[in-house]
Amino acid sequence: MRGLVHCGMVLRCPLTIETMPQVTFITFSGERHVVDAPAGISLMRAATDHGVPGIDGDCGGNCACATCHLFVEAPWAGRLSPRSDHEEDMLGLTVDPRPTSRLGCQIRLTDALDGIVVSLPEGQH
Amino acid sequence: MNALASVVQQQAREAAFAMPLESIDPANPDYFVEDTVGHYFARLRRDDPVHRSVSPIFGPYWSVTRYHDIMAVDTNHAAFSSDLARGGIVLTDQPEGEKLPMFIAMDPPRHDDQRKAITPIVAPPNLATMEPLIRERTRAVLDGLPRNETFNWVDKVSIELTTLMLATLFDFPLQDRRLLTWWSDVATMNKAINPGALEPHERMAELGKMLEYFTRLWNERINAPPASDLVSMLAHGPATRNMSSLEYMGNLVLLIVGGNDTTRNSMTGGLLALHDHPDQWAKLRANPELIQSLVPEIVRWQTPLAYMRRTAVADVELGGKRIKAGDKVAMWYLSGNRDESAIDDAQRFIIDRARPRQHLSFGFGIHRCVGNRLAELQLRILWEEILPRFPVIEVVGAPVRVRSPFVRGFSQLPVRIPG
Repeated sequence: MRGLVHCGMVLRCPLTIETMPQVTFITFSGERHVVDAPAGISLMRAATDHGVPGIDGDCGGNCACATCHLFVEAPWAGRLSPRSDHEEDMLGLTVDPRPTSRLGCQIRLTDALDGIVVSLPEGQH
Repeated sequence: MNALASVVQQQAREAAFAMPLESIDPANPDYFVEDTVGHYFARLRRDDPVHRSVSPIFGPYWSVTRYHDIMAVDTNHAAFSSDLARGGIVLTDQPEGEKLPMFIAMDPPRHDDQRKAITPIVAPPNLATMEPLIRERTRAVLDGLPRNETFNWVDKVSIELTTLMLATLFDFPLQDRRLLTWWSDVATMNKAINPGALEPHERMAELGKMLEYFTRLWNERINAPPASDLVSMLAHGPATRNMSSLEYMGNLVLLIVGGNDTTRNSMTGGLLALHDHPDQWAKLRANPELIQSLVPEIVRWQTPLAYMRRTAVADVELGGKRIKAGDKVAMWYLSGNRDESAIDDAQRFIIDRARPRQHLSFGFGIHRCVGNRLAELQLRILWEEILPRFPVIEVVGAPVRVRSPFVRGFSQLPVRIPG
């Protein structure tokens, strides 16, 4: 799917076919939540739209609260665009930042991420 | 709301929408005592969302009143500084002798290092450990409340609970806990706003006593193995163990005010909001699971810190206005939290909102409230313990509000619990 992405909202082009990459969220206690979410939205929105517990997204996708902290392991990590300075700053607010830490609002779902598996921290801070 | 109060509100609304824009000064403390400031914010959001005022107390300053503009300023810490050397986070410019360094009034990288040192104590894993103790203490306070007589909810519940919590975090002697309340009040006192406040030198002398007390605790803890209380964490933390006394004092003030005034006023504001909206109270009683969304709605509705100040580092454009380097900028969280363009039915208190956590009360960006989860935990436990205990809490008189445009709070809320 191609679309314009702004402020967490997706403006869909009516002439493209929407695809639904699959995402697996693994909570801190080990529960797996598998969701199909439209390409173009963020991992944060994919979680909050489907009621996945453990992701809050308080700032609505502005990279401003660090309450969509999650961990992305290889091989998926290598398929993501690198962290921006701003994302680095905000990850500094989390309790347990690791090399695999990302903010879900900064990762756009694409077909290349179909099947991605991410895990969640003990709690959002 | 009684008849007199609604006349006051009606008149303020008319005045706010009739007066020339250039006369609007939303930091006027009178508006906070009367709780009429919302009308001035409504006017500014509509007609002049980035607004310049000249205050007789604070001098010239900008007011940012819309949600998305506030988000833009709060997340741009490179352009809008919090640093004390430029002016800090409140509209009052502190004179040299009263400047207190603390991490909320620092820019990176110092801010980041000091903040990280205290983050673990208010992080989710530690909060889970503390929850049973907070609950036990909340139960004891509620079980000890008088019945069939009027008492001040602020003193007997809000102050008592937040002060107990703070004493727990600092591992501060419980019998002296009201000193924390006093020091919190002293720290935010401002003679220019409130004639009853201490003189500046008296204020610093009282904070000096606080430092003396806490230096004693520091010395005890530094000579003991690291423990999980805040004083021990500061004394042993690599980023904080070499702090100067002034910086120790500044960070104590930050943690005491941050952990005291804010949650205290949300505890009072929540009760008042439910009293003012009986339909919401009935909904809560019918479905106690709504406490999950009630808590963030209370925090939005109360907005216990009405604004945070930044200082423009260079000339910058915001909302079509030219803000000059060195200008004071107030991000009015209280106004952004009532902005209909960002929050549906923002003027209404609704305990079952779809996205109740999307409010500005904790700020956004690198200075976002470090204790926000603790505050929510305390509020959640309070309401979980109130609901099964008290079928009715009557608010029997008007609240008395604090004279401050910064701390949006109460000194009194008379209530009565039948039984």
